[in-house]
Amino acid sequence: MKKARVIVGNKKGVFDPEGKVVHSGLARLGYDQVAEVKVGKVIDLQFESGTEDEIRERIDKMCAQFLVNPVIEDYTVEFLD
Amino acid sequence: MKFAVVVFPGSNCDRDCHHVVSHVLGQEADYVWHQDTDLNGFDAVVLPGGFSYGDYLRAGAVAKISPVMEAVAKFANAGGPVIGICNGFQILLETGLLPGAMQRNNSLRFMCKTVDLVCRTERTPFTGELSAGSRLRLPIANAEGNYTIDDDGFAALKDNDQIVFQYCDAQGEVSDASNPNGSRANIAGICNVRGNVLGMMPHPERAAESVLGNDDGLALFTSALEHLNR
Repeated sequence: MKKARVIVGNKKGVFDPEGKVVHSGLARLGYDQVAEVKVGKVIDLQFESGTEDEIRERIDKMCAQFLVNPVIEDYTVEFLD
Repeated sequence: MKFAVVVFPGSNCDRDCHHVVSHVLGQEADYVWHQDTDLNGFDAVVLPGGFSYGDYLRAGAVAKISPVMEAVAKFANAGGPVIGICNGFQILLETGLLPGAMQRNNSLRFMCKTVDLVCRTERTPFTGELSAGSRLRLPIANAEGNYTIDDDGFAALKDNDQIVFQYCDAQGEVSDASNPNGSRANIAGICNVRGNVLGMMPHPERAAESVLGNDDGLALFTSALEHLNR
C-alpha cells in the first residue's frame, strides 16, 4: 500500500497568525535565531491501489475539491515508505 | 412566508434563528437537516452559526460537501434569499457562493463581544430596511472571522457593491482600532454579485428582541420579510 503525505500551509503572502504567535513564543524562550515560523497541517493518506502518478493526480483533485482552500492555502505531496 | 433553517451536526444557533423567525417575525420556520436535498416550498434559507462537523479540516469545509448544500446552491442560483451567519458565512465561503476565505482571528483568540457595524448597501434582501451608512450593534462570537481576499477579489467586491457590513467604532469610523479580527477593510459581511446571498460574522438573531437589550438585528429579518412580500 502506498502512503502519501499532504502538507498544507498558507499561500505565500497570506498572513499566518498562528506562525507569528509561535515565532514570538520561541523568541520569548530565547530562540531568537529563528527568522520565520509557518504553521500548517499534515494529512496522511493510505491508498489501496494505484501508481504514484495516479495517486498524485487523485490527490490534486481531492485538494481542489475538499482538502485545501485554494483561496488561502497551498500544499505539497510526498510519498512515505 | 416560510424560512428554512439548515441544521448541521454542530450547529448551535439554529434554534435562535428558528425562534426569531417564528416567534418574533411571526413567520413559518422549519429545520432542514444536512442530509436533506430538497428546499421546495421555502422562501428564504438561513445557514446558522455553530461549529458544523466540529470545524474539522477548516470551518465550513465538511458542511460544503453535505447533501443539503447542493440544494442551497440551487436555491441561491435561482435568486432565492440566503443568509449565512457566522459559521453559515464560513460555509458560504467554502462552497464558493461568496468570494474569499476566513482565517484565524489575528489575535488568535475566540472573540465574543458586541461590535459596532456600519451598513454599506441596502440592496440585499436582508438590508432593505437599513440605509447605506446606517449603524447597528451586534454580537460576534467566533475564532475564525478574519476575512481574507486577494487584491483582485477585493477590487471586485468594491466595484460590484458587495461589501454589506464593516466593523466601525462608536462614532462610525472604520479604522484599524475598530477591527476586531484583522479582516480586510474591516469587512464583517458581504453579498454575492446578484445581492441575494449574504454572509456575515455578527449574529443578528442574538439581538432581535428589546427584552434582550438590543433589537438591532431584527431589521435583517423584517427586511427579508418585506423583500419577500414585495
